[in-house]
Amino acid sequence: MAYPYTHEKEVRVLSRGWGDPRTRTVEGWKAMGGYTALEKALGMSRQEVIEEVKVSGLRGRGGAGFPTGIKWSFMPGEKKGPHYLCCNADESEPGTFKDRELLRWTPHQLIEGCLIGAYAIQAEHVFIYCRGEFFEATQVLARAVEEAYEAGYIGKNILGSGQDIDITVFAGAGAYICGEETALMNSIEGRRGLPRVKPPFPAAVGLFGKPTTINNVETLSSIPHILNNGGSWYRQWGTEKSPGTKLFCVSGHVRRPGNYELPLGFPLEELIYDVCGGFREGRSLKAVIPGGSSVPIMSAADCEGCTLDYEGVVEKGSMLGCASVIIMDDSTNIVKQVRRMVDFYAHESCGQCTPCREGTQWLARILLRIEKGRGTAEDLDTLLELGDQMTGTTICVLSDSAAAPVASSIQKFKDDYLALIRRGEKVGAA
Amino acid sequence: MPESTHPQETVTLTIDGREVIVPPGTTILQAAESMGNRIPHYCYHPGLSAPAQCRLCLVEVEGAPKLQPSCVTQVRDGQVVHTTSAKATAMRQGVLEFYLANHPLDCPICDQSGECKLQDYVHAEGRKHGRSREPKRVFGRDDFGGDVLFYGDRCVMCTRCVRFMNEVAQDPRLTVVERGNRSVIDTFFEDGVEGSPYAGNIVDICPVGALVSKDFLHKARAWDLDHTPSVCPNCSQGCNIDLHVRDNRVQRLKPRANPEVNGHWMCDYGRHRYEWINRDDRLRRPLYREGGDTVPGEWGTVLSELLERLEETRPIRAVASPFASTEELATLRRVVDALGGGEILFRSPEADDEIPLPGFPQLARRRDLSPNRRAAELLGMKRVGDAEGRGGLESLADYTGTLIVLGDALADMDEGFGSHAALYLYLGSHPSPAAAKADVVLPIPTFAEQEGTFINVEERVQRFWPGLLPPEQARPAWMPLGAILARLGAGELPATAAEAFLAATELMPELMGLRYETIGTRGAILNEPVLVTAP
Repeated sequence: MAYPYTHEKEVRVLSRGWGDPRTRTVEGWKAMGGYTALEKALGMSRQEVIEEVKVSGLRGRGGAGFPTGIKWSFMPGEKKGPHYLCCNADESEPGTFKDRELLRWTPHQLIEGCLIGAYAIQAEHVFIYCRGEFFEATQVLARAVEEAYEAGYIGKNILGSGQDIDITVFAGAGAYICGEETALMNSIEGRRGLPRVKPPFPAAVGLFGKPTTINNVETLSSIPHILNNGGSWYRQWGTEKSPGTKLFCVSGHVRRPGNYELPLGFPLEELIYDVCGGFREGRSLKAVIPGGSSVPIMSAADCEGCTLDYEGVVEKGSMLGCASVIIMDDSTNIVKQVRRMVDFYAHESCGQCTPCREGTQWLARILLRIEKGRGTAEDLDTLLELGDQMTGTTICVLSDSAAAPVASSIQKFKDDYLALIRRGEKVGAA
Repeated sequence: MPESTHPQETVTLTIDGREVIVPPGTTILQAAESMGNRIPHYCYHPGLSAPAQCRLCLVEVEGAPKLQPSCVTQVRDGQVVHTTSAKATAMRQGVLEFYLANHPLDCPICDQSGECKLQDYVHAEGRKHGRSREPKRVFGRDDFGGDVLFYGDRCVMCTRCVRFMNEVAQDPRLTVVERGNRSVIDTFFEDGVEGSPYAGNIVDICPVGALVSKDFLHKARAWDLDHTPSVCPNCSQGCNIDLHVRDNRVQRLKPRANPEVNGHWMCDYGRHRYEWINRDDRLRRPLYREGGDTVPGEWGTVLSELLERLEETRPIRAVASPFASTEELATLRRVVDALGGGEILFRSPEADDEIPLPGFPQLARRRDLSPNRRAAELLGMKRVGDAEGRGGLESLADYTGTLIVLGDALADMDEGFGSHAALYLYLGSHPSPAAAKADVVLPIPTFAEQEGTFINVEERVQRFWPGLLPPEQARPAWMPLGAILARLGAGELPATAAEAFLAATELMPELMGLRYETIGTRGAILNEPVLVTAP
């Protein structure tokens, strides 16, 4: 079975094995050149592994885009106790569905990446934190881990190298906030999934109070390829500051939504009109959310000339995030879309910080009122001001994420709001 | 400057334009507090961990891109902090508005009203008018068991109660359930905090009216209560407390912070044993025997009668109470010594176990259930009787000398008690059948009605102050006993409790050098050198 559909402009590095159930097995993965990178890495020094990743310029694929090699180098060089590596597979950002595919189709790619990462940061235990709703993906991954244990890739004395690395597949219970790295650690520890105050940062005080690194599934899945082919090989794609390929999760009003692996710096318009086949008959572009629901909305004008790399999207006033491109055509009621997103955040707020706990709900209720035609012009000021008070005032950035689409949509699609507000005005009212 | 290998001893920073010097490791909030600048906060409590989640204590730190939670941000040398800058003030106003978005504003029927941090902060810095037009979330009321009622709608989600039960009581009975706006404090099982011996503290630390005491429910408004510093009389731990008084009645006891004795806490056993202070059946006037009956008299006449009869020489014995103040006990000792010396007995109740507070090891409900047994022991008084505080007085049944009873209610004695004594002086706060045969009955106040000291289990002498007016003519026992001493030429009549204490220090070398001023509100350990400053 071929993976639903591909496009000739795609560069399939991570997604090469997708659609082929054989890649789920150790044998299948080895047939594709798997586990050679692990062997190679175990023959290198930890510093050399980190150096290779630094050369590749690989940036964290979970959304923040922090250089992976540098993140690894934050771990204490001298080991005083256990180190941990967490793989964040709690993919729950609305519009994102790349990690699920990586887990479902190429679990050994991830396992290999985890093992190399664990070796680099001297971790003896890797926790792969899977989103609770990923039932099938978790099952596939768990089977793959079991098989890798049997094949001697995980466990005691891996490939005769003297390294002991264990992998635990951990299923969450369905909370978006557990994708936040410190909430994820709390969840693994058996506590409520509440983000922790930083500092201290995980590299100093992380899982079970020990130095910990947290990487995204896609980040770790890229590691075997970088180790196999070298850091400079990875730089043949993408831009100077955003090298490599990236999985783009395209959803919304395009003819062919789906996962596409493209080099970073790919033009947004080409993605929409060429790769994804453009819009339905008679429809045109209205808005794009380029990086999952947490980033500011882009108008059609913003999309002109926008390149999909970390810097290119920032230039247009948004962020690449985890490259979950949500595309909306001119049939979209922006207020309704924003309200649904804010509803999501209100539902998923952990409830620790007051601005987020109360603010997300308040935003959602005002937006619902506007949507139902009972809004006022002052509501827009209130929304903006509440958004302001919710930005930068909380422990994690969930609150900022809820406020961002509201502020950007009012700024860019004010007419949508005003139309709904006017509709609710009584005839003859001033 | 030469490189120093010593750890830095102080940190100098500027808060709101004023320089402050604090030890390293101090948080900005503590540093500000040390200079009298109280940064608003809910989740931070000095006796608990700080989760930095209420977001009310955010301050502007120059050089930091975001506002910083002052409760967990440690001071750094040269740091410049603004707590009242436009940015910090606007943020606080915003956070307060968030708090009010779902708050029921039921202050008129809320017990916390008047001592509510939400009221205080909103009054000080909140918006004049809230902008929320949305319907409010409703949780309703829940019985948490024990003495605790939970009003979910008033909760500000500071989680102090959850952390107290987890960290200090180490008896995890509470948790936050659900998340986001639906999160609410709840109990795991039906019985909630029932039976948890320190659970009452969660009512104290709740900054709003979410957790209230059933005992205090709708009993008094906070602004009608007078607060008097005192010491809990219900065991020998001597927790520092405040008497909350209205209409000359104690309405509740609240712990008063003293890091060396009870931290911020007290046990429920002590907290709920105050009703006896409010008893109306009191000894109000001096009584003396006229014919077969005791009749009310005036202090002057009763005392002169008494003094006349004391001049006859005969053996003397006394029964004291470990609930009496050190001043009263010491004066009794002096009177007994001046009259030729004799045995002083006391009886004190004891519990089977201590009830420790795991998160604050200095504090426990002690086995010894009387507040001043240590003073009685230091004064050479002899403990008799059982763990109920009964018995042990059989030897007095046909005693024929002078008998003085101070404070002991003699609940296990009948009306014949002391009937053989040549002179039977009873000093007590409440009427007792066993005082029926007394020649003179003198009314004395309870600890809540007078000034004095208790010496607790760790030999800390602690002062308490009068929070109530004593009934009619009741006077502290050191007063009439001091008058006896003066008449006998064995000392001066103390005019104040402080003077009575000074006189006691002459008798008790352990108290040497201590004065009321040096004891202060925190108490002083016996036999510890006292810093004496030149006048």
